[in-house]
Amino acid sequence: MEFTDKHVMGLKDLLYRMADDLLILGHRNSEWTGLGPILEEDIAFSSMAQDKIGQSLALFEILHELGESEPDTVAFTRNDNQFHSCQLVEYPIGEYDFSLVRHFFFDHADALRFEMLTDTVVEPLQMVARKFKGEIKYHTMHADIWLKQLGSSSEEAKLRMQHAINEVFPLALGIFEPSDYEAELIESGIFAGEAELQSRWLDKITHLLTSYGYTIPVLSDTVSAYGGRKGKHTPFLQPLLDEMTEVFRIDPAAEW
Amino acid sequence: MYGNAYVENNGQQHNSLTANEDPIQLAAFEARIAAGDKIEPHDWMPTEYRKQLVRMIEQHAHSEIIGALPEGTWITRAPGFRRKLALMAKVQDEVGHGQLLYSAAETLGKSREDMTNDLISGKSKYSNVFNYPALTWADSAVIAWLIDAGAIVNQLANSKGSYGPYCRALDRICAEESFHLKYGHDNVVFLATGTATQRAMVQDALNRWWEPIMHFFGPSDKMSVHTETLMRWKVKMATNDDMRQTFLDMYVPKIWDLGLTLPDTELKKNPETNKWEFTEPNWEVFKQVINGNGPCNKERLAVRRMAEEKGRWVRRALLSEKAEYVAPLA
Repeated sequence: MEFTDKHVMGLKDLLYRMADDLLILGHRNSEWTGLGPILEEDIAFSSMAQDKIGQSLALFEILHELGESEPDTVAFTRNDNQFHSCQLVEYPIGEYDFSLVRHFFFDHADALRFEMLTDTVVEPLQMVARKFKGEIKYHTMHADIWLKQLGSSSEEAKLRMQHAINEVFPLALGIFEPSDYEAELIESGIFAGEAELQSRWLDKITHLLTSYGYTIPVLSDTVSAYGGRKGKHTPFLQPLLDEMTEVFRIDPAAEW
Repeated sequence: MYGNAYVENNGQQHNSLTANEDPIQLAAFEARIAAGDKIEPHDWMPTEYRKQLVRMIEQHAHSEIIGALPEGTWITRAPGFRRKLALMAKVQDEVGHGQLLYSAAETLGKSREDMTNDLISGKSKYSNVFNYPALTWADSAVIAWLIDAGAIVNQLANSKGSYGPYCRALDRICAEESFHLKYGHDNVVFLATGTATQRAMVQDALNRWWEPIMHFFGPSDKMSVHTETLMRWKVKMATNDDMRQTFLDMYVPKIWDLGLTLPDTELKKNPETNKWEFTEPNWEVFKQVINGNGPCNKERLAVRRMAEEKGRWVRRALLSEKAEYVAPLA
């Protein structure tokens, strides 16, 4: 079908959400470099961070083809209210339990999103979704192994992980904040929509967490942390951006 | 990356290094090394050989881990996707080198946990160069180029040493370090040929890092019987002065080519001796930094202690008797 302006705006909105999520979470994950609980985990989080930043770049390149500015300009010159990332990704890394649970929730959502996008009508997005699927497989595998292992270990670890699940769950629901263009995205075959994604995600994580011995907060009692997709962020995002752009801002026209 | 190991020499003489060793086994061991054989973990080795190697590999491992800190702080500030991705991968490599080297040291009988404890208690040393702050983005570029270059000079020499597991780890490490060097050089080239601000930034970084770089290979070796023994055992492969000369030979011309200057008016190559001449760096400062009084010693160890403390529950959980080992699926 012929794309209208609204379809293109919906597509750009979708791409910005995904690209911004990946940039901010990649940035956060990289903060574990040198500080992980064991060296092997420093290395694992760094690998995942590199994948996420690389994926973010690929999506900003698609946006550039659609008429947006260069990836570096878009990523390194916007303020927090111009970011479409969900609030989940901007929270500080906190303790390892928080970072692991965020990683588990986010990566299962992203894996399913890329899975859904492998048959989008937007060809460049279809291509990157196929590529990312192969990368993110290892991210969810890593998250699953850790949640399972810690869930069967010490009482302290189980308590910590369950507490983190309770804390992160409402934030994770913010991933699926509906866009203003859901109908256009669905009817045009660009993307099957956030509601569909949330439902697939809930099935997946409910099955996994239950099998690892955890409980999941009741959806109907949970207030989803919405706002991020519309530029409303926690006080954590702007300082992150100030830090991220500190050198770039010295001279945005310079070649670094 | 890594600096030279600080081989301890408490004025011991040759006979005290080998006094309690069986002369027949010692002779066979030395003959193997002279023939170019590698010594493997289960082979017989003199107590002092084991001790020096543990110290050296452990210091090297700690240097990789601590070295990740000054550069790591620039990952979150790297300007642009290209630099951000490259720096993440580079620092990740350094942590990976730490992991590889702790494993190599473990083959000699000291556990990773003991080594970590000795690091955070201040008992074990690491390269002095990481006790200086990386104040600007240009510092991270200078570190990646010149500290890694120095490390390669050192590690290439040591990779021809006699202890098999360390040599194999170094072969792999050097291959990765050569990419770091390219990354660092590219980064410095962009700054040195960039805007006035960028040029000033990299010159300033170079001025501040020059003394730590000259310190990097350590003071001139006192050619004692002790040093000779370690060289015969191929634990120490080159003198500190020789490595410093090799480094100056390879990199000073490249630095000058970029229009950068070095803060030593005496620095020049003497055409008659074919050696570099320079102002002797202040070794009293070097000693002070080694002994914990550098600008960042306390901060570096405090960060490492914090990471150990924060991660303790995870390690404890993994060791829990109830923990079910989850086999990776890939």
